[in-house]
Amino acid sequence: MTKALARFRICDFTGQLAGAGATKWLAAFGAEVIRIEDPATQGRWDILRSMPPFVDERRGVDFGGGFNNHNVEKDGLTLNLRTQRAREILAEIVKRSDVVAENFASGVLERWGFGYERLRALRPDIIYVSNCGFGHVGPYASFKTWGPIVQAVCGLTFTSGLPDREPAGWGYSYMDHTGGMLMAIAILLALLHRERTGEGQWVDLACTEAGLTLHGPAILDWTVNGRPMRRPGSPHSNRSESPPMAPHGIYPARGVDEWVAIACRSDAEFAALGRVVAAPWAQEARFASLAGRLAAQDDLDALVAAWTRAREKGAVAASLQAAGIPAAAVARPQERIDGDPNTAAWGLWPRVEHSKMGSVRVDGLPVHLSKTDWELRRGGPCVGEHTELVLGRLLGLSREEVAKLRAEGVV
Amino acid sequence: MSALEGTRVIELSHERTAYAGKLLADMGADVVLVEPPRGDATRHWPPFAGDVPGPERSLHWWHYQTSKRGIVLELEDERGRELLRRLVARADVVLEGEDPGRLAGLGLDYPDLAALRPELVMASITPFGRSGPRRDELATDLTVLAAGGPVWSCGYDDHSLPPVRGLGGQATAIGGHYAALALLTALLHRAASGEGQHVDVSLHAAANVTTEMASYHWLVQRTTVQRQTGRHAMEPVTLPTQILCADGRHVCTGVPPRRPEEFARLVAWLESLGIGELEFPELVFLRRGAEREVLEFSQIGVDDEVTAIFAAAREAMNLAASLLPARDFFLGAQQVAGIPVGVIYSPEEAFEDAHFVARGFQAEVQHPELGRSVRYPGAPYRFEKSRWRIARRAPRLGEHTEEVLGAAGIARDEIEALLAAGVIRPAL
Repeated sequence: MTKALARFRICDFTGQLAGAGATKWLAAFGAEVIRIEDPATQGRWDILRSMPPFVDERRGVDFGGGFNNHNVEKDGLTLNLRTQRAREILAEIVKRSDVVAENFASGVLERWGFGYERLRALRPDIIYVSNCGFGHVGPYASFKTWGPIVQAVCGLTFTSGLPDREPAGWGYSYMDHTGGMLMAIAILLALLHRERTGEGQWVDLACTEAGLTLHGPAILDWTVNGRPMRRPGSPHSNRSESPPMAPHGIYPARGVDEWVAIACRSDAEFAALGRVVAAPWAQEARFASLAGRLAAQDDLDALVAAWTRAREKGAVAASLQAAGIPAAAVARPQERIDGDPNTAAWGLWPRVEHSKMGSVRVDGLPVHLSKTDWELRRGGPCVGEHTELVLGRLLGLSREEVAKLRAEGVV
Repeated sequence: MSALEGTRVIELSHERTAYAGKLLADMGADVVLVEPPRGDATRHWPPFAGDVPGPERSLHWWHYQTSKRGIVLELEDERGRELLRRLVARADVVLEGEDPGRLAGLGLDYPDLAALRPELVMASITPFGRSGPRRDELATDLTVLAAGGPVWSCGYDDHSLPPVRGLGGQATAIGGHYAALALLTALLHRAASGEGQHVDVSLHAAANVTTEMASYHWLVQRTTVQRQTGRHAMEPVTLPTQILCADGRHVCTGVPPRRPEEFARLVAWLESLGIGELEFPELVFLRRGAEREVLEFSQIGVDDEVTAIFAAAREAMNLAASLLPARDFFLGAQQVAGIPVGVIYSPEEAFEDAHFVARGFQAEVQHPELGRSVRYPGAPYRFEKSRWRIARRAPRLGEHTEEVLGAAGIARDEIEALLAAGVIRPAL
């Protein structure tokens, strides 16, 4: 299949998920993504290199399962930028790259002598995309963050929770995923801009700011109506105010820690739910209209929960779906990965071949393009796995020359 | 100059497409939103400006339809469909979120439209994709996030409480990001090859691959993460990271101090708050931490002094939090102690914070009907050259019908006839 992005080369300093997730997209569509890592620390700037999960008992920088997941289809090159020769080689790579991508703390690349001004001097139409918690500009530019802190500051932690309790937040670095996606969008937009104008540019992404864009209507409720989301009883994030629905929630099902999500979008759907439940409460006049159900939501939730609690979650969801009501079991990882015909039919969990780990399943992509679809086959690079290959391909260095650089501690 | 200036997008108005359409429109694409005569359902989603319901007052509508122009076409009428085909024949992108099968039934699916415009790039955003076995299941934001994985990982340590979904329509946001990525990728391919294509976006698949460790821990080592209050869902139960501050707000602590110089700065911060050994006898352990050559987490429980040093750091953070409002704690910990922590803001508190104000995040948007401007959330990224801007407030129903059809070469008398027949709707 044709590769949509095969004509682009990315000089990639990203790591973790917030950065590596962005270049994973590009690599999946055929871009040449060259990860540049430090040989002295064995690429440990990206802590995922040696973090669980592991396929077996082997440990070390080439065995981190998360790293592999986020770095499929990329090449790995080591450069010890403490040496002059490595900085010269990096300069040559930058000259041959369309994009330089990084998600260090602000200022790190600058200290290595590869700030935006230098990059632009090396290649006038370079696209430089930086991504960190608070961005490179503003009073908090020097603050340190990681996913949960980004989510705390941008409002996402607060808006996930049950009323009159501390925030529940997101149980993972949702903003690492989102920051990575917006970073990839920024790279593609900058490439389109360059195709039309010949201009490169710098794009600065602050994950906290990006997260703030995900609460638009709530922020307008504040700027237009003066209504804060921090108020008694708010948020109650399993309920739905926009649009208003009731019943709407996550209800207990039979078994330990089993749950089912139900959303009644209309009076007609509530009437249909009543027919499935076949209990007297479903016919009570106070529940007939949306306004009535919203007013009595605590009672209604307790009644629905009493019905679902005795039943298996999949059976509840299936009976409601059959009656025309949106419902779904809360899926455990195993259920949605190994037991869902839809993710299987999609090819959502492709197997890649990793040089040391062997065949490993990874997250695929949730899109299919009819002519230039993504493809994930190669696992993430071991530290320096493609050093010789990349230096030969890009700079024409011979095996012997690379061996010499290796002996000198440059690569 | 905008990155997408001159890129013509036809968006068939739907709650599932609005966000992806906004991403393109705010970057300069010419997005024409096609609504049915009754208007899009999300025009009636609260909250409303002034709390007065009405199709032009939904703040959800206002936010997600910025920079777009709006027209009304009755696609149930062949004359309306013919107008859409004429618009598509001049378009670069079609974005739609109809249930699988509806457009095919109208003769407006990708093969129909690509026959008119081979270089067309078309994206379809549906809950389960257009071809899988679950494609016809009914879904909302809540059920997609429940079926797709995020909900399993979010909630509280107390598992008698239900797991939680985060607010804000995040299933559509996740899918919208992927839709925008796929469209831009397809546009770059078209720029080189002249070739158009169709993009199938599944919200359920998107949620599935946006769960970080929950998925890849199962994929790699077949273990199941468990939800924990305000922190990563993990197999083992980890220590709490949220601290209640003096003003009733919370902060999220990150990696505790580990390097000796971090302990030195922590001591300095506590002293600046007036916390000495009298108030906090364990300060002595923090001073020991500052004096040591190395400190390893792995020695907790092995080396008594290291254990005491890390415990004292945790106690010190709790004590400082009990004395300070959350924002002061956040600023002090970051600026003075260099310790990564985050204040847990509500969206409006974050929006008004000095950092984002200084970065120019707040966008002023003119609302001529109100006779004033309104402050909106701004750009998710800062481009040096490509302009991000909200070019106009969300369209009123039918606001640009005549303008858009006229520019597409539809004759005035034809427009008049269609208006009279109710196939199109004018601005009110």
